[in-house]
Amino acid sequence: MPKDNGIGASTLRREDFRFLTGSGNYTDDINVHGQAYVAFARSNVANGKIISLDTSAAEDLDGVLAVFTGADFADVGGNPAGWLINSRDGEPMKEPKRPVLAHGKVRHVGDAYAAVVAETEEIARDAVELISANIEELPAVVDLKSALDNKHLVHDEIETNQCFDWGWIEDNREKTDQAIASAPHVTTLELVNNRLVPNAMEPRCSLADYNAGNDEYTLYTTSQNPHLTRLLISAFVMGIPENKLRVIAPDVGGGFGSKIYHYGEEALVLAASKKIGRPVKWTATRTESFLSDAHGRDHVTKIELACEKDGTFIAFRTETYANVGAYLSNFSTATPTFLHGTLMSGNYSVPNVYVNVKAVFTNTAPVDAYRGAGRPEATYSLERVIDKCARELGIDPLELRKKNFVKPDQFPYTTAVGLEYDTGNYDALVEKLRDLADLQGFDQRRKESEANGMLRGLGVNTYIEACGIAPSNLVGVLGSRVGLYDAATVRVNATGNISVMVGAHSHGQGHETAFPQVVAEMLGIDESLIDIVHGDTSKIPFGMGSYGSRSLAVCGSAVVRATEKIINKAKKIASHMLEASEADIELKDGVFSVSGTDKSVSFGDVALKAYIPHNYPLEDIEPGLEESAFYDPANFTYPAGAYACEVEVDPETGAVKIAKFTAVDDFGNIINPMIVTGQVHGGLAQGIGQALMENCAYDENGQLLNASYMDYAMPRASDVPFYAVDHSCQTPCTHNPLGVKGCGEAGAIGSPPSVVNAVVDALQSAGHNVTHIDMPVSPSRVWAAMNS
Amino acid sequence: MYNFDFEKPSTIADAVSAMATEEAQALGGGQTLIPTLKQRLASPSKLVSLSGIAEMKGVCEADGGISVGGATTHATVAAEAGAYPALAALASNIGDPAVRNRGTIGGSLANNDPAACYPSAALASGATIETNSREIAADDYFQGMFTTALEEGEIITNVRFPIPEAASYQKFEQPASRFAMVGVFVAKYADGVRVAVTGASEDGVFRWTEAEEALSGNFSADAVEGLSVSGDGMISDLHGSGDYRAHLVKVLTKRAVAAAS
Repeated sequence: MPKDNGIGASTLRREDFRFLTGSGNYTDDINVHGQAYVAFARSNVANGKIISLDTSAAEDLDGVLAVFTGADFADVGGNPAGWLINSRDGEPMKEPKRPVLAHGKVRHVGDAYAAVVAETEEIARDAVELISANIEELPAVVDLKSALDNKHLVHDEIETNQCFDWGWIEDNREKTDQAIASAPHVTTLELVNNRLVPNAMEPRCSLADYNAGNDEYTLYTTSQNPHLTRLLISAFVMGIPENKLRVIAPDVGGGFGSKIYHYGEEALVLAASKKIGRPVKWTATRTESFLSDAHGRDHVTKIELACEKDGTFIAFRTETYANVGAYLSNFSTATPTFLHGTLMSGNYSVPNVYVNVKAVFTNTAPVDAYRGAGRPEATYSLERVIDKCARELGIDPLELRKKNFVKPDQFPYTTAVGLEYDTGNYDALVEKLRDLADLQGFDQRRKESEANGMLRGLGVNTYIEACGIAPSNLVGVLGSRVGLYDAATVRVNATGNISVMVGAHSHGQGHETAFPQVVAEMLGIDESLIDIVHGDTSKIPFGMGSYGSRSLAVCGSAVVRATEKIINKAKKIASHMLEASEADIELKDGVFSVSGTDKSVSFGDVALKAYIPHNYPLEDIEPGLEESAFYDPANFTYPAGAYACEVEVDPETGAVKIAKFTAVDDFGNIINPMIVTGQVHGGLAQGIGQALMENCAYDENGQLLNASYMDYAMPRASDVPFYAVDHSCQTPCTHNPLGVKGCGEAGAIGSPPSVVNAVVDALQSAGHNVTHIDMPVSPSRVWAAMNS
Repeated sequence: MYNFDFEKPSTIADAVSAMATEEAQALGGGQTLIPTLKQRLASPSKLVSLSGIAEMKGVCEADGGISVGGATTHATVAAEAGAYPALAALASNIGDPAVRNRGTIGGSLANNDPAACYPSAALASGATIETNSREIAADDYFQGMFTTALEEGEIITNVRFPIPEAASYQKFEQPASRFAMVGVFVAKYADGVRVAVTGASEDGVFRWTEAEEALSGNFSADAVEGLSVSGDGMISDLHGSGDYRAHLVKVLTKRAVAAAS
C-alpha cells in the first residue's frame, strides 16, 4: 500500500485549496490604508539620448503626489550583477551601472525613465502621458554578432558592447582545437536558442510602506527570494540598513526565474513611500511584463563534435554569443557561463571540451536565468549536434549516446569542464525509455501516421543538469558574489505542533506540502501537525530562496539538519522524563522509548515538557524546543534523464503535433511523487513551448514585435500530449542527507532537443534533406524547410 | 482606460439615438474594444452597449436561410444555427468559451478584423447585413482591413444567411492569438460555389474567384489542384510569410471542399 504520510507519499498539495478557490494572498491582493499608486514612463525607443524631461504638467495634475526621474536616483547605487566573470585575457567583465530609473540614456523599449505617484492608478497613468520627453533616438544595437562591431554602443562609458569573452576551460582550448583538427569525423551545427519571455501568470508587483515613526520600511513584493532582494536593496542600491527593511513575498504566482532578481521598481516604491509618507504600490500591466521582466535564453551557438568513425567522442567545442540585454540583471553573467559551459560534457565521457561565450549588450530587455538557465542551452546544443552526428555516421541515435555515456562504475566522474558528477546510471535511463516509450513499436506507428497522410518522426535525447545550487566555496572561487547555502528553523510549539521557517520560497512548487513530509518522516508524526513559514524576512532565517531546482536539495537539507538537532534535544528531555540513559532512547512513530523496556513518552509530551520545564534539568538543557541550521552543499546535484518525442508533421501545412512524449528522469530519492510528476509536466510544457512556438522577437530597431499574447505564442493544453513520465531509475545524491537531486527545471531542460530531433526525423523520412530547423519549429518554418 | 459615459439601451431606436453623440462607440461583446480601451488606444466619449437589445438576439430560420441577430453571441450561434452546420461549426471554434459567450456576430462583422472568422462566412454565403437603416450585400460590405460599408453610428441589427447545399470552414490557427492565420469558407449553392478567405490578405477577407469558377464546374478538391495563389498582397509577419499564407489558402480550400456537407 502506498504511503500516505511522510517521505514517498503523494500527499495532495495543501496550498492548492486556497489557490483553486481564489483564496490565495498575492502581493496585489495586499492593500494598505492610504496607499498611493505608481505608473512608469517607459521608453518607446530602444536606444535614445534623453535631451530633456518636462514633468511640470504631470506634477500639476490633480491627485499627483510626486514625480521621479533618473536625476532623483543619480546618487544611489546601481543594481549589481551577482557574478563576476573574467574574460579569457584576465580582464574583469564590463559592469555598466544599472540605475533605478534611466538617466541620460534609455537603453531598451520599456526602460523606465520617470515615475508618477498619484492618488489612483488612473491618475498616475494620466500624468505619465503629460510628461514631455525629448528623447533623441539613436541606432539600436540588436543583432548579437554585429553588436561586436561597436559601431553603436549600448553603454558609451564602457566603449564596447562586449561584456566579456569567456573561455572554459582555457587550458582545454589548445588541445581541443588540435583534437578537432585531427579527428576522423567532425559534425558542425549552428543554432539559435530562442529568446523567451517568462510569462509568470502573476505580473510583478511591489508595495512599499515606510513608517517614519521608527524609520522602518516594509516591502511586499513578488520575489522568489526575499532575503536576496533585501540584501541587494540594502547593500547595493538604497543603503537602507537590513534591520530597517522587511521584505515580504506572499503567495507568488509563478516566476520561472524572473522573480529572482531585484528590479528598479522595488527601489522606486521604497523611495516614493518615504518621500510622500504613505504606502505606494505598483502592479505591472501585462505589457510591462513583456517589456521589463528579465527574459530568458537568447544564445547563438556554433558547436562542433569530433569523433572516431565508430562514434567515440573525441571533443566538443562551442562558440556562443549570449545576449545579456541592455543591463546586467543579477544572475545574467552566471547563466551563460557557469550554468552553461560547465554542462557541456553532457552525459558523456569525452576528453576534450572547450566552451567560448561572448556576452553581448544589446538594446533589449535584460536577459537572465529562466527555468533551466544555461543548462537548456547546453543540452540543446549537445543533443542536437549528437543527433546530427548519428545521422551522418548512420548510427542509431540512442546507441551513439550509450557508446559515449559515463558508465555507472565511473562515478564520481570529473568532466573536462570541471564538474564532479556524484552518481548516475544513464544506461538504465535509456533502457527504461526504450520500454516506456515503446520504441520498438515506432515503425508501426509511423506506418499508421503515413496512412493518414502525416509524417511521423522520433526524436530522443538525454540530459544532465547541475542543480541545487550551490557550494558557496566553489561558486565563490568562480566569481559568485553571494553564498548559496540555505537555512531553516524548526520550532516545536508547546502543544507538539511544529512551525518550520524556511529560506526557500515557493512560487508554485508545493513547499508547504513537501517540507512537512520530510519533518514528519523524521519525527514519525503526522504531516498535518507541521506548517511552513516562508517569504518574510522578519520571520524566517536568512535563506537564499528558490531557483536552480535547489529548494529541497539545499533548504530541505537545512530542514533535516535542524530536525536532527530537535531530535537530539528531545531525546535528552525524554531521557530525563524516562529516567534512562540518553543512549538508550529511541524515537519511533512519534514516541520516545527506552530500548528493551515498555517505558515511553510521546513526542507531544516531550514538547510540552520543554516549554513547561517543571522538574527539568535546567542546568543541563535549555527550555524550549527550537533549532536552526544553515546548510551549504558539498556539490551540485546532477539529475539526468532520457526523453523521447514523437511528432506528426502535416506535410501540406508544416504543422507539428506532439503525438507522444516520454520522460524518464533520475531525481534521486523522491519526497512526493505526485509533486515531482507535476513539476516534470510543467517543465515539459515549457520546453515544448520553446521548441514549437515561443519566440521573443525584436526587430532591427529594437521594437519588441510580440509584446502581447496576440503574437507571443504560449503552449496550451491542446498543444501537449498526455505525457508518460517515470522517475523510478534512482541514483540518490551522495552528498545531501535526503539523497535528492532537484526536479523543477528538468522538463524544460530536457525536452526541446527531442522535439526538434523528431521533426528533423519526420522530414527526413519523407526524403527532405533537412538537417536542422531553428526553434521555434513553427508551421511556417517547417513548411519553408520542406520547400527549400 | 480613459473615462467614458455608458448607455445600455433596450431597443434599436434608443441605441441609434444614443449613438448620435459625437465619438460614441457601439459595444458588442467587447472582445476587441475592451482590450483596446484598457491599453488606452481608444478614447470614445460614450459606449453604447448593444447587449440589452432583445430584438437583436437569437437565431431563426426564414425563407430558406437563417437570420442571426447582430447581438447574438458566438455560443448561441454554435448552439442554435443547426440549420447551417458550417456556420454553427465556425462559431463553435472562435476563441475559447469565454470569448464565445461574450463576442457577437455584429461586433465581429463591424470590426472586420482581417483574421476574424465570421467575415469569411458572410462573404462566402453572400449574406445580407441588415442595419438600423438599410440592407448591405456582403459583397459590398467588406472594404478592406478593419473597413466596412457601415456609416458613423450605423448598427448591425441582423445578418441573413442563405443556406448552401454544402459548406465548410477550415481554419489554420495563428499559433499565438489562435485567430485564423488563414481561414477558408467554401459554400456551394445551386447557382455556384463561393470561396471566401480570411486571415491571409492585407486587404482583409476576399473571394478567391478562380477557385469559385473551378469548383462551380467540378466541386471536388482536384478542381483547385492546378490553381495557385500569389503571395503578393498577403500578410507577412512573425508567424508566416505571404507565400506561406498563399499556400495555405489552397490547402485549406481543398480541405474545405473535401469536408463540405
